[in-house]
Amino acid sequence: MTDPDHPQVAPRELLAVEGISVSLSGRQILDNVTFGVRAGEFTGLIGSNGAGKTTLLRVILGLQRPSAGRVLVLGAPRRQHTRSMGYVPQKILLDPDMPLRARDLVALGIDGNRFGFPTASKQCREAVDEMLHAVGAESFSDARVGILSGGEQQRVLIAHALIGRPQLLLLDEPLANLDLKSGQEVVALLDRIADEQQIAILLSAHEMNPLLPVMDRIVYLAGGRAASGTTEEVVRDEVLSALYGYEVHVHTLHGRIVVVAGPMEETELPPDPTLRAV
Amino acid sequence: MHWLFEPGFFSSHAVHVACVIGSIVAVVSGVVGVFTVVRGQSFAGHSLADVATAGGSGAFLVGISPLFGFVAGGVVGAGAMEMIGVRRARGRDLATGIVLGASIGLAALFLYLGTTRSSTTGASQQILFGSIFSTVSSTVPIVAVFSVVCLGIMALVHRPLLLSSVSTDMAAARGVPVRVVGLLYMLALALAVGLSSLAIGAILSTALLIGPAAIALRLTRRIGWAIVAACLCGVGAVLLGVLLAYDSYDWSSTHAYWPVSFFIVVIIFLGYLATELPFLRAARTPRRQGEPAAPGAGR
Repeated sequence: MTDPDHPQVAPRELLAVEGISVSLSGRQILDNVTFGVRAGEFTGLIGSNGAGKTTLLRVILGLQRPSAGRVLVLGAPRRQHTRSMGYVPQKILLDPDMPLRARDLVALGIDGNRFGFPTASKQCREAVDEMLHAVGAESFSDARVGILSGGEQQRVLIAHALIGRPQLLLLDEPLANLDLKSGQEVVALLDRIADEQQIAILLSAHEMNPLLPVMDRIVYLAGGRAASGTTEEVVRDEVLSALYGYEVHVHTLHGRIVVVAGPMEETELPPDPTLRAV
Repeated sequence: MHWLFEPGFFSSHAVHVACVIGSIVAVVSGVVGVFTVVRGQSFAGHSLADVATAGGSGAFLVGISPLFGFVAGGVVGAGAMEMIGVRRARGRDLATGIVLGASIGLAALFLYLGTTRSSTTGASQQILFGSIFSTVSSTVPIVAVFSVVCLGIMALVHRPLLLSSVSTDMAAARGVPVRVVGLLYMLALALAVGLSSLAIGAILSTALLIGPAAIALRLTRRIGWAIVAACLCGVGAVLLGVLLAYDSYDWSSTHAYWPVSFFIVVIIFLGYLATELPFLRAARTPRRQGEPAAPGAGR
Protein backbone atom coordinates (compact mmCIF):
# COMPACT_ATOMS: atom_id res chain seq x y z
CA MET A 1 0.00 0.00 0.00
CA THR A 2 1.11 3.56 -0.62
CA ASP A 3 2.00 5.49 2.45
CA PRO A 4 0.32 8.90 2.50
CA ASP A 5 3.70 10.64 2.71
CA HIS A 6 4.25 13.97 1.16
CA PRO A 7 5.62 13.56 -2.39
CA GLN A 8 8.89 15.26 -1.44
CA VAL A 9 9.55 12.42 0.98
CA ALA A 10 9.05 9.81 -1.76
CA PRO A 11 10.38 11.45 -4.93
CA ARG A 12 10.43 8.17 -6.86
CA GLU A 13 6.63 8.02 -6.75
CA LEU A 14 5.81 8.80 -10.40
CA LEU A 15 2.06 8.40 -10.05
CA ALA A 16 0.07 8.64 -6.84
CA VAL A 17 -3.59 7.65 -6.89
CA GLU A 18 -5.08 8.90 -3.61
CA GLY A 19 -8.49 7.82 -2.38
CA ILE A 20 -10.17 7.79 -5.78
CA SER A 21 -13.92 7.10 -5.74
CA VAL A 22 -16.15 7.15 -8.80
CA SER A 23 -19.93 6.84 -8.99
CA LEU A 24 -21.56 6.54 -12.39
CA SER A 25 -25.34 7.01 -12.48
CA GLY A 26 -25.73 6.09 -8.85
CA ARG A 27 -23.55 3.00 -9.02
CA GLN A 28 -20.27 3.00 -7.10
CA ILE A 29 -17.57 1.90 -9.57
CA LEU A 30 -14.48 2.72 -7.50
CA ASP A 31 -14.35 3.05 -3.72
CA ASN A 32 -11.38 4.83 -2.14
CA VAL A 33 -8.70 3.38 -4.41
CA THR A 34 -5.16 4.26 -3.39
CA PHE A 35 -1.88 3.09 -4.87
CA GLY A 36 1.35 4.39 -6.33
CA VAL A 37 3.51 3.65 -9.35
CA ARG A 38 7.26 4.20 -9.17
CA ALA A 39 9.57 5.13 -12.02
CA GLY A 40 10.66 2.22 -14.20
CA GLU A 41 8.27 -0.27 -12.57
CA PHE A 42 5.93 -2.71 -14.30
CA THR A 43 2.57 -2.63 -12.51
CA GLY A 44 -0.31 -4.93 -13.37
CA LEU A 45 -3.85 -3.65 -12.77
CA ILE A 46 -5.75 -6.88 -12.32
CA GLY A 47 -9.48 -7.37 -12.00
CA SER A 48 -12.35 -9.19 -13.63
CA ASN A 49 -14.61 -7.60 -16.24
CA GLY A 50 -16.52 -4.72 -14.70
CA ALA A 51 -14.13 -4.35 -11.76
CA GLY A 52 -13.47 -0.73 -12.76
CA LYS A 53 -10.09 -1.06 -14.50
CA THR A 54 -10.98 1.12 -17.47
CA THR A 55 -12.67 3.69 -15.23
CA LEU A 56 -9.55 3.89 -13.06
CA LEU A 57 -7.30 4.38 -16.10
CA ARG A 58 -9.65 7.06 -17.40
CA VAL A 59 -9.48 8.86 -14.05
CA ILE A 60 -5.66 8.74 -14.15
CA LEU A 61 -5.72 10.13 -17.70
CA GLY A 62 -8.10 12.91 -16.69
CA LEU A 63 -10.86 11.63 -18.99
CA GLN A 64 -13.17 10.86 -16.06
CA ARG A 65 -13.76 13.12 -13.09
CA PRO A 66 -13.63 11.24 -9.77
CA SER A 67 -16.28 11.95 -7.13
CA ALA A 68 -13.52 11.94 -4.51
CA GLY A 69 -9.75 11.69 -4.31
CA ARG A 70 -6.96 12.98 -6.49
CA VAL A 71 -4.25 11.84 -8.90
CA LEU A 72 -0.74 13.23 -8.58
CA VAL A 73 1.94 12.92 -11.24
CA LEU A 74 5.43 13.59 -9.88
CA GLY A 75 3.79 15.16 -6.85
CA ALA A 76 1.70 17.66 -8.84
CA PRO A 77 -1.94 17.53 -10.00
CA ARG A 78 -2.01 15.57 -13.25
CA ARG A 79 -3.31 18.35 -15.51
CA GLN A 80 0.13 19.80 -16.08
CA HIS A 81 1.59 16.49 -17.10
CA THR A 82 -0.32 15.23 -20.13
CA ARG A 83 2.95 14.75 -21.99
CA SER A 84 4.35 12.51 -19.28
CA MET A 85 1.70 9.84 -19.90
CA GLY A 86 1.26 7.61 -22.90
CA TYR A 87 -2.04 5.80 -23.39
CA VAL A 88 -2.94 2.69 -25.36
CA PRO A 89 -6.73 2.17 -25.49
CA GLN A 90 -8.26 -1.29 -25.38
CA LYS A 91 -9.38 -1.30 -28.95
CA ILE A 92 -9.56 1.08 -31.84
CA LEU A 93 -12.12 0.46 -34.54
CA LEU A 94 -10.66 1.52 -37.83
CA ASP A 95 -12.17 0.88 -41.21
CA PRO A 96 -9.81 -1.04 -43.53
CA ASP A 97 -10.35 1.80 -46.02
CA MET A 98 -9.12 4.48 -43.61
CA PRO A 99 -6.11 6.07 -45.30
CA LEU A 100 -3.84 5.90 -42.29
CA ARG A 101 -0.63 3.90 -42.45
CA ALA A 102 1.01 2.50 -39.34
CA ARG A 103 3.75 5.12 -39.66
CA ASP A 104 1.15 7.90 -39.92
CA LEU A 105 -0.44 6.84 -36.64
CA VAL A 106 2.97 6.74 -34.95
CA ALA A 107 3.77 10.21 -36.35
CA LEU A 108 0.50 11.49 -34.82
CA GLY A 109 2.11 10.58 -31.49
CA ILE A 110 4.60 13.42 -32.10
CA ASP A 111 2.34 16.18 -33.37
CA GLY A 112 -1.24 14.83 -33.40
CA ASN A 113 -2.28 17.31 -30.71
CA ARG A 114 -0.92 20.34 -32.55
CA PHE A 115 -3.00 22.73 -34.60
CA GLY A 116 -2.00 24.11 -38.00
CA PHE A 117 0.23 22.72 -40.68
CA PRO A 118 2.75 19.99 -39.83
CA THR A 119 6.44 20.69 -39.67
CA ALA A 120 7.35 17.30 -41.15
CA SER A 121 11.08 17.23 -40.55
CA LYS A 122 13.64 14.58 -41.34
CA GLN A 123 14.12 14.32 -37.58
CA CYS A 124 10.47 13.32 -37.12
CA ARG A 125 10.65 10.69 -39.85
CA GLU A 126 13.78 9.22 -38.30
CA ALA A 127 12.13 9.14 -34.87
CA VAL A 128 9.12 7.32 -36.38
CA ASP A 129 11.36 4.78 -38.13
CA GLU A 130 13.32 4.23 -34.93
CA MET A 131 10.14 3.70 -32.91
CA LEU A 132 8.65 1.32 -35.51
CA HIS A 133 11.87 -0.66 -35.26
CA ALA A 134 11.79 -0.67 -31.45
CA VAL A 135 8.32 -2.27 -31.38
CA GLY A 136 9.07 -4.63 -34.27
CA ALA A 137 6.59 -3.05 -36.67
CA GLU A 138 8.87 -2.27 -39.64
CA SER A 139 7.44 -5.04 -41.79
CA PHE A 140 3.95 -3.50 -41.78
CA SER A 141 4.87 0.17 -41.33
CA ASP A 142 3.37 1.15 -44.71
CA ALA A 143 0.19 -0.90 -44.36
CA ARG A 144 -3.12 0.68 -43.43
CA VAL A 145 -3.75 0.38 -39.69
CA GLY A 146 -7.27 -0.92 -40.37
CA ILE A 147 -6.04 -4.12 -42.05
CA LEU A 148 -3.53 -5.06 -39.33
CA SER A 149 -4.16 -7.90 -36.90
CA GLY A 150 -4.89 -7.19 -33.23
CA GLY A 151 -1.28 -7.86 -32.20
CA GLU A 152 0.11 -5.66 -34.97
CA GLN A 153 -2.27 -2.85 -34.04
CA GLN A 154 -1.16 -3.11 -30.41
CA ARG A 155 2.47 -2.65 -31.47
CA VAL A 156 1.60 0.39 -33.55
CA LEU A 157 -0.47 1.89 -30.72
CA ILE A 158 2.38 1.27 -28.28
CA ALA A 159 4.77 3.02 -30.68
CA HIS A 160 2.28 5.90 -30.96
CA ALA A 161 2.15 6.25 -27.18
CA LEU A 162 5.92 5.89 -26.66
CA ILE A 163 7.14 8.34 -29.30
CA GLY A 164 6.07 11.27 -27.09
CA ARG A 165 8.71 10.04 -24.57
CA PRO A 166 6.30 9.54 -21.66
CA GLN A 167 7.47 8.54 -18.20
CA LEU A 168 4.38 6.44 -17.64
CA LEU A 169 2.66 4.19 -20.16
CA LEU A 170 -0.95 3.18 -19.47
CA LEU A 171 -2.37 0.22 -21.37
CA ASP A 172 -6.02 -0.84 -21.17
CA GLU A 173 -6.36 -4.61 -21.59
CA PRO A 174 -3.72 -4.88 -24.32
CA LEU A 175 -3.88 -8.67 -24.18
CA ALA A 176 -7.67 -9.02 -24.35
CA ASN A 177 -7.95 -9.37 -28.11
CA LEU A 178 -4.74 -11.27 -28.73
CA ASP A 179 -3.99 -14.95 -29.13
CA LEU A 180 -1.62 -16.42 -26.54
CA LYS A 181 1.55 -16.06 -28.60
CA SER A 182 0.91 -12.45 -29.65
CA GLY A 183 0.06 -11.68 -26.01
CA GLN A 184 3.38 -13.12 -24.83
CA GLU A 185 5.22 -11.10 -27.45
CA VAL A 186 3.53 -7.87 -26.41
CA VAL A 187 4.33 -8.51 -22.73
CA ALA A 188 7.98 -9.24 -23.56
CA LEU A 189 8.13 -6.10 -25.71
CA LEU A 190 6.73 -3.95 -22.90
CA ASP A 191 9.11 -5.45 -20.37
CA ARG A 192 12.08 -4.71 -22.65
CA ILE A 193 10.93 -1.13 -23.30
CA ALA A 194 10.34 -0.48 -19.60
CA ASP A 195 13.92 -1.60 -18.91
CA GLU A 196 15.59 0.18 -21.84
CA GLN A 197 13.80 3.50 -21.55
CA GLN A 198 13.13 3.48 -17.80
CA ILE A 199 9.40 3.92 -18.36
CA ALA A 200 6.85 2.92 -15.75
CA ILE A 201 4.11 0.70 -17.12
CA LEU A 202 0.59 0.34 -15.75
CA LEU A 203 -1.21 -2.39 -17.64
CA SER A 204 -4.72 -3.62 -16.98
CA ALA A 205 -5.67 -7.26 -17.51
CA HIS A 206 -8.29 -9.66 -16.25
CA GLU A 207 -5.75 -12.48 -16.11
CA MET A 208 -2.59 -12.06 -14.02
CA ASN A 209 -0.71 -15.19 -15.08
CA PRO A 210 0.80 -13.91 -18.36
CA LEU A 211 2.20 -10.96 -16.38
CA LEU A 212 3.70 -12.89 -13.43
CA PRO A 213 7.23 -13.04 -14.91
CA VAL A 214 7.46 -9.29 -15.56
CA MET A 215 5.24 -7.66 -12.92
CA ASP A 216 7.04 -5.70 -10.19
CA ARG A 217 3.84 -4.76 -8.40
CA ILE A 218 0.20 -5.64 -8.65
CA VAL A 219 -2.93 -3.55 -8.09
CA TYR A 220 -5.81 -5.95 -7.56
CA LEU A 221 -9.28 -4.51 -8.14
CA ALA A 222 -12.41 -6.24 -6.87
CA GLY A 223 -15.77 -4.81 -5.90
CA GLY A 224 -14.47 -1.29 -6.61
CA ARG A 225 -11.75 -1.60 -3.97
CA ALA A 226 -8.04 -2.11 -4.57
CA ALA A 227 -5.09 -3.76 -2.86
CA SER A 228 -1.56 -3.11 -4.05
CA GLY A 229 1.93 -4.39 -3.41
CA THR A 230 4.06 -7.23 -4.68
CA THR A 231 2.26 -10.32 -5.94
CA GLU A 232 3.23 -12.21 -2.75
CA GLU A 233 1.82 -9.45 -0.56
CA VAL A 234 -1.47 -9.07 -2.41
CA VAL A 235 -2.46 -12.40 -3.92
CA ARG A 236 -3.21 -14.14 -0.61
CA ASP A 237 -6.37 -15.60 0.89
CA GLU A 238 -6.77 -12.91 3.61
CA VAL A 239 -6.11 -9.89 1.37
CA LEU A 240 -8.31 -11.02 -1.52
CA SER A 241 -11.12 -12.26 0.77
CA ALA A 242 -11.20 -8.84 2.44
CA LEU A 243 -11.28 -7.21 -1.01
CA TYR A 244 -14.04 -9.38 -2.44
CA GLY A 245 -16.01 -9.32 0.81
CA TYR A 246 -16.37 -13.09 0.79
CA GLU A 247 -14.11 -16.05 1.20
CA VAL A 248 -11.74 -16.72 -1.69
CA HIS A 249 -8.72 -18.97 -1.94
CA VAL A 250 -5.53 -18.65 -3.91
CA HIS A 251 -4.11 -21.80 -5.42
CA THR A 252 -0.92 -22.31 -7.37
CA LEU A 253 -1.12 -24.84 -10.16
CA HIS A 254 1.97 -25.43 -12.31
CA GLY A 255 3.25 -21.98 -11.44
CA ARG A 256 -0.06 -20.37 -12.36
CA ILE A 257 -2.22 -18.62 -9.84
CA VAL A 258 -5.89 -19.47 -9.62
CA VAL A 259 -8.32 -17.58 -7.40
CA VAL A 260 -11.45 -19.51 -6.48
CA ALA A 261 -14.44 -18.53 -4.36
CA GLY A 262 -16.08 -20.37 -1.51
CA PRO A 263 -15.16 -22.20 1.70
CA MET A 264 -12.09 -24.41 1.57
CA GLU A 265 -14.04 -27.56 2.50
CA GLU A 266 -16.12 -27.52 -0.66
CA THR A 267 -13.49 -26.55 -3.18
CA GLU A 268 -10.49 -28.22 -1.58
CA LEU A 269 -8.06 -29.61 -4.08
CA PRO A 270 -6.87 -33.17 -3.65
CA PRO A 271 -3.52 -33.29 -1.84
CA ASP A 272 -1.84 -34.44 -5.00
CA PRO A 273 1.83 -33.29 -4.87
CA THR A 274 2.10 -33.14 -8.67
CA LEU A 275 -0.53 -30.43 -8.72
CA ARG A 276 1.56 -28.27 -6.39
CA ALA A 277 4.75 -28.67 -8.38
CA VAL A 278 6.05 -25.41 -9.78
CA MET B 1 -13.52 19.62 -81.54
CA HIS B 2 -16.90 21.17 -82.26
CA TRP B 3 -18.67 17.98 -81.35
CA LEU B 4 -17.31 18.35 -77.78
CA PHE B 5 -17.08 22.08 -77.21
CA GLU B 6 -20.23 23.65 -78.55
CA PRO B 7 -19.81 27.10 -80.12
CA GLY B 8 -19.79 29.81 -77.51
CA PHE B 9 -18.74 27.59 -74.62
CA PHE B 10 -15.49 29.43 -73.96
CA SER B 11 -16.95 32.90 -74.40
CA SER B 12 -20.10 32.39 -72.31
CA HIS B 13 -20.08 34.45 -69.13
CA ALA B 14 -22.43 32.00 -67.38
CA VAL B 15 -20.01 29.15 -68.15
CA HIS B 16 -17.10 31.13 -66.69
CA VAL B 17 -18.95 31.83 -63.45
CA ALA B 18 -20.13 28.22 -63.25
CA CYS B 19 -16.60 26.85 -63.77
CA VAL B 20 -15.06 29.20 -61.19
CA ILE B 21 -17.69 28.58 -58.51
CA GLY B 22 -17.89 24.86 -59.29
CA SER B 23 -14.12 24.40 -59.00
CA ILE B 24 -13.86 26.29 -55.71
CA VAL B 25 -16.75 24.31 -54.26
CA ALA B 26 -15.31 21.01 -55.49
CA VAL B 27 -11.98 21.72 -53.76
CA VAL B 28 -13.69 22.62 -50.47
CA SER B 29 -15.92 19.55 -50.71
CA GLY B 30 -12.91 17.32 -51.47
CA VAL B 31 -10.97 18.46 -48.42
CA VAL B 32 -13.90 18.30 -45.99
CA GLY B 33 -15.34 15.18 -47.65
CA VAL B 34 -12.27 13.02 -47.01
CA PHE B 35 -12.51 13.76 -43.29
CA THR B 36 -16.28 13.21 -43.37
CA VAL B 37 -15.83 9.73 -44.84
CA VAL B 38 -12.90 8.94 -42.54
CA ARG B 39 -14.95 9.95 -39.50
CA GLY B 40 -17.94 7.96 -40.75
CA GLN B 41 -20.08 11.11 -40.60
CA SER B 42 -21.70 11.16 -44.02
CA PHE B 43 -24.92 10.88 -42.01
CA ALA B 44 -24.13 14.26 -40.43
CA GLY B 45 -23.54 15.66 -43.93
CA HIS B 46 -26.95 14.43 -45.09
CA SER B 47 -28.67 15.91 -42.05
CA LEU B 48 -27.01 19.28 -42.55
CA ALA B 49 -28.07 19.22 -46.20
CA ASP B 50 -31.70 18.72 -45.13
CA VAL B 51 -31.53 21.69 -42.76
CA ALA B 52 -29.68 23.69 -45.43
CA THR B 53 -32.61 23.03 -47.78
CA ALA B 54 -34.91 24.80 -45.34
CA GLY B 55 -32.38 27.63 -44.99
CA GLY B 56 -31.98 28.08 -48.73
CA SER B 57 -35.74 28.10 -49.26
CA GLY B 58 -36.13 30.66 -46.49
CA ALA B 59 -33.49 32.87 -48.11
CA PHE B 60 -35.40 32.68 -51.41
CA LEU B 61 -38.59 33.67 -49.61
CA VAL B 62 -37.06 36.79 -48.06
CA GLY B 63 -35.22 37.55 -51.27
CA ILE B 64 -31.53 37.16 -50.44
CA SER B 65 -28.93 34.94 -52.07
CA PRO B 66 -29.73 31.28 -51.31
CA LEU B 67 -26.07 30.76 -50.40
CA PHE B 68 -26.59 32.67 -47.15
CA GLY B 69 -29.60 30.51 -46.39
CA PHE B 70 -27.75 27.28 -47.14
CA VAL B 71 -24.84 28.25 -44.91
CA ALA B 72 -27.06 29.63 -42.12
CA GLY B 73 -29.18 26.46 -42.18
CA GLY B 74 -26.09 24.27 -42.12
CA VAL B 75 -24.54 26.16 -39.21
CA VAL B 76 -27.78 26.00 -37.18
CA GLY B 77 -28.02 22.28 -37.93
CA ALA B 78 -24.39 21.73 -36.96
CA GLY B 79 -24.91 23.57 -33.68
CA ALA B 80 -28.00 21.51 -32.90
CA MET B 81 -26.24 18.23 -33.71
CA GLU B 82 -23.27 19.19 -31.58
CA MET B 83 -25.61 19.91 -28.65
CA ILE B 84 -27.36 16.56 -29.00
CA GLY B 85 -24.10 14.78 -29.85
CA VAL B 86 -23.51 13.53 -33.38
CA ARG B 87 -23.38 9.88 -32.39
CA ARG B 88 -26.45 10.13 -30.22
CA ALA B 89 -28.30 11.90 -33.02
CA ARG B 90 -27.57 8.95 -35.26
CA GLY B 91 -28.59 6.50 -32.54
CA ARG B 92 -31.90 8.32 -31.99
CA ASP B 93 -32.93 7.73 -35.56
CA LEU B 94 -36.63 8.31 -34.91
CA ALA B 95 -36.23 11.76 -33.39
CA THR B 96 -33.59 12.71 -35.95
CA GLY B 97 -35.73 11.50 -38.84
CA ILE B 98 -38.72 13.51 -37.64
CA VAL B 99 -36.62 16.68 -37.22
CA LEU B 100 -35.07 16.29 -40.66
CA GLY B 101 -38.46 15.54 -42.20
CA ALA B 102 -39.76 18.75 -40.60
CA SER B 103 -36.95 20.80 -42.18
CA ILE B 104 -37.83 19.50 -45.64
CA GLY B 105 -41.48 20.28 -44.86
CA LEU B 106 -40.47 23.82 -43.93
CA ALA B 107 -38.61 24.02 -47.24
CA ALA B 108 -41.81 22.96 -49.05
CA LEU B 109 -43.74 25.79 -47.37
CA PHE B 110 -41.07 28.43 -48.04
CA LEU B 111 -40.76 27.42 -51.69
CA TYR B 112 -44.54 27.44 -52.14
CA LEU B 113 -44.93 30.88 -50.55
CA GLY B 114 -41.95 32.27 -52.44
CA THR B 115 -43.13 30.91 -55.78
CA THR B 116 -46.68 32.19 -55.38
CA ARG B 117 -45.43 35.64 -54.45
CA SER B 118 -42.80 36.14 -57.14
CA SER B 119 -44.16 33.62 -59.65
CA THR B 120 -40.67 32.39 -60.52
CA THR B 121 -41.21 28.68 -60.96
CA GLY B 122 -37.51 27.94 -61.39
CA ALA B 123 -36.77 28.59 -57.73
CA SER B 124 -37.65 25.13 -56.45
CA GLN B 125 -35.41 23.56 -59.05
CA GLN B 126 -32.65 26.01 -58.19
CA ILE B 127 -32.79 25.44 -54.40
CA LEU B 128 -33.31 21.70 -54.43
CA PHE B 129 -31.25 20.61 -57.42
CA GLY B 130 -29.00 23.59 -58.04
CA SER B 131 -28.54 25.81 -61.01
CA ILE B 132 -24.96 26.85 -61.29
CA PHE B 133 -25.57 28.57 -64.65
CA SER B 134 -27.97 31.09 -63.16
CA THR B 135 -25.66 32.08 -60.29
CA VAL B 136 -24.74 35.75 -60.60
CA SER B 137 -21.06 36.61 -60.75
CA SER B 138 -21.35 38.84 -57.66
CA THR B 139 -21.70 35.59 -55.67
CA VAL B 140 -18.10 34.62 -56.49
CA PRO B 141 -16.46 36.78 -53.77
CA ILE B 142 -18.89 35.41 -51.14
CA VAL B 143 -18.13 31.87 -52.23
CA ALA B 144 -14.42 32.68 -51.98
CA VAL B 145 -14.75 34.06 -48.44
CA PHE B 146 -16.74 31.06 -47.17
CA SER B 147 -14.24 28.71 -48.85
CA VAL B 148 -11.25 30.41 -47.29
CA VAL B 149 -12.87 30.23 -43.84
CA CYS B 150 -13.71 26.55 -44.35
CA LEU B 151 -10.26 25.57 -45.64
CA GLY B 152 -8.66 27.66 -42.88
CA ILE B 153 -10.56 25.69 -40.24
CA MET B 154 -9.51 22.39 -41.84
CA ALA B 155 -5.86 23.49 -42.01
CA LEU B 156 -6.03 24.43 -38.35
CA VAL B 157 -7.62 21.26 -36.98
CA HIS B 158 -6.65 18.50 -39.41
CA ARG B 159 -4.15 16.68 -37.19
CA PRO B 160 -6.11 16.76 -33.91
CA LEU B 161 -9.18 15.86 -35.99
CA LEU B 162 -7.45 12.85 -37.50
CA LEU B 163 -6.21 11.71 -34.10
CA SER B 164 -9.66 12.02 -32.54
CA SER B 165 -11.11 10.10 -35.51
CA VAL B 166 -8.83 7.20 -34.55
CA SER B 167 -9.87 7.35 -30.90
CA THR B 168 -11.34 10.24 -28.93
CA ASP B 169 -9.81 8.88 -25.73
CA MET B 170 -6.34 8.72 -27.26
CA ALA B 171 -6.73 12.29 -28.50
CA ALA B 172 -8.08 13.54 -25.18
CA ALA B 173 -5.23 11.80 -23.35
CA ARG B 174 -2.80 13.73 -25.55
CA GLY B 175 -4.47 16.96 -24.46
CA VAL B 176 -6.56 17.53 -27.62
CA PRO B 177 -9.67 19.59 -26.82
CA VAL B 178 -11.86 16.98 -28.54
CA ARG B 179 -15.14 18.90 -28.31
CA VAL B 180 -13.69 22.13 -29.69
CA VAL B 181 -12.08 20.24 -32.56
CA GLY B 182 -15.36 18.41 -33.26
CA LEU B 183 -17.31 21.67 -33.21
CA LEU B 184 -14.87 23.40 -35.60
CA TYR B 185 -15.09 20.44 -37.95
CA MET B 186 -18.92 20.57 -37.88
CA LEU B 187 -18.70 24.27 -38.74
CA ALA B 188 -16.44 23.46 -41.70
CA LEU B 189 -18.86 20.71 -42.74
CA ALA B 190 -21.78 23.16 -42.58
CA LEU B 191 -19.89 25.61 -44.81
CA ALA B 192 -18.98 22.85 -47.26
CA VAL B 193 -22.59 21.62 -47.42
CA GLY B 194 -23.79 25.20 -47.98
CA LEU B 195 -21.32 25.79 -50.82
CA SER B 196 -22.08 22.42 -52.35
CA SER B 197 -25.80 23.21 -52.16
CA LEU B 198 -25.17 26.31 -54.24
CA ALA B 199 -23.38 24.27 -56.90
CA ILE B 200 -25.59 21.21 -57.24
CA GLY B 201 -28.57 21.87 -54.99
CA ALA B 202 -29.28 21.19 -51.36
CA ILE B 203 -30.76 17.74 -51.94
CA LEU B 204 -27.72 16.58 -53.93
CA SER B 205 -25.05 18.45 -51.99
CA THR B 206 -23.74 15.40 -50.15
CA ALA B 207 -23.04 13.67 -53.48
CA LEU B 208 -20.30 16.20 -54.18
CA LEU B 209 -19.12 15.99 -50.59
CA ILE B 210 -18.99 12.21 -50.21
CA GLY B 211 -18.57 10.92 -53.77
CA PRO B 212 -15.14 12.24 -54.75
CA ALA B 213 -13.82 11.46 -51.25
CA ALA B 214 -15.09 7.88 -51.46
CA ILE B 215 -13.46 7.47 -54.88
CA ALA B 216 -10.17 8.93 -53.60
CA LEU B 217 -10.10 6.68 -50.54
CA ARG B 218 -10.31 3.67 -52.82
CA LEU B 219 -7.24 4.78 -54.73
CA THR B 220 -4.67 5.70 -52.12
CA ARG B 221 -3.40 4.72 -48.68
CA ARG B 222 -2.27 8.20 -47.67
CA ILE B 223 -4.59 10.88 -46.40
CA GLY B 224 -2.68 13.69 -48.11
CA TRP B 225 -3.00 12.02 -51.50
CA ALA B 226 -6.62 11.15 -50.76
CA ILE B 227 -7.38 14.86 -50.30
CA VAL B 228 -5.57 15.78 -53.54
CA ALA B 229 -7.35 12.99 -55.43
CA ALA B 230 -10.76 13.96 -54.02
CA CYS B 231 -10.24 17.59 -55.09
CA LEU B 232 -9.18 16.52 -58.59
CA CYS B 233 -12.13 14.10 -58.92
CA GLY B 234 -14.55 16.77 -57.74
CA VAL B 235 -13.18 19.51 -60.00
CA GLY B 236 -13.12 17.09 -62.94
CA ALA B 237 -16.72 16.02 -62.34
CA VAL B 238 -17.92 19.63 -62.02
CA LEU B 239 -16.13 20.91 -65.13
CA LEU B 240 -17.18 17.93 -67.22
CA GLY B 241 -20.72 18.33 -65.89
CA VAL B 242 -20.79 22.00 -66.89
CA LEU B 243 -19.49 21.11 -70.36
CA LEU B 244 -22.05 18.35 -70.91
CA ALA B 245 -24.89 20.51 -69.62
CA TYR B 246 -23.89 23.24 -72.05
CA ASP B 247 -23.74 20.72 -74.88
CA SER B 248 -27.09 19.22 -73.93
CA TYR B 249 -28.86 22.29 -75.32
CA ASP B 250 -28.80 20.71 -78.78
CA TRP B 251 -29.46 17.14 -77.71
CA SER B 252 -33.23 17.34 -78.01
CA SER B 253 -35.50 19.26 -80.31
CA THR B 254 -36.91 21.26 -77.37
CA HIS B 255 -33.56 23.07 -76.98
CA ALA B 256 -33.19 23.21 -73.21
CA TYR B 257 -30.16 22.84 -70.95
CA TRP B 258 -30.23 19.66 -68.89
CA PRO B 259 -29.47 20.23 -65.19
CA VAL B 260 -25.72 20.44 -64.43
CA SER B 261 -26.23 18.59 -61.16
CA PHE B 262 -27.56 15.57 -63.06
CA PHE B 263 -24.32 15.31 -65.03
CA ILE B 264 -22.09 15.92 -61.99
CA VAL B 265 -23.81 13.27 -59.91
CA VAL B 266 -23.77 10.74 -62.77
CA ILE B 267 -20.07 11.34 -63.42
CA ILE B 268 -19.29 10.83 -59.71
CA PHE B 269 -21.37 7.66 -59.69
CA LEU B 270 -19.59 6.30 -62.78
CA GLY B 271 -16.24 7.22 -61.22
CA TYR B 272 -17.14 5.26 -58.12
CA LEU B 273 -18.12 2.26 -60.23
CA ALA B 274 -14.83 2.57 -62.10
CA THR B 275 -12.87 2.06 -58.88
CA GLU B 276 -14.20 -1.48 -58.97
CA LEU B 277 -12.33 -2.07 -62.25
CA PRO B 278 -9.61 -4.73 -61.91
CA PHE B 279 -6.57 -2.52 -62.57
CA LEU B 280 -7.76 0.14 -60.12
CA ARG B 281 -8.55 -2.48 -57.52
CA ALA B 282 -4.98 -3.74 -57.79
CA ALA B 283 -3.70 -0.27 -56.97
CA ARG B 284 -5.48 -0.22 -53.64
CA THR B 285 -4.84 -3.80 -52.60
CA PRO B 286 -2.84 -3.41 -49.41
CA ARG B 287 0.77 -4.12 -50.07
CA ARG B 288 2.33 -5.90 -47.15
CA GLN B 289 5.84 -7.10 -46.78
CA GLY B 290 6.78 -9.78 -44.30
CA GLU B 291 4.74 -12.53 -42.79
CA PRO B 292 0.95 -12.67 -42.79
CA ALA B 293 -0.96 -11.99 -39.60
CA ALA B 294 -0.68 -14.64 -36.92
CA PRO B 295 -3.60 -17.05 -37.19
CA GLY B 296 -6.45 -16.11 -34.93
CA ALA B 297 -4.92 -12.75 -34.10
CA GLY B 298 -7.34 -9.88 -33.81
CA ARG B 299 -9.87 -8.91 -36.40
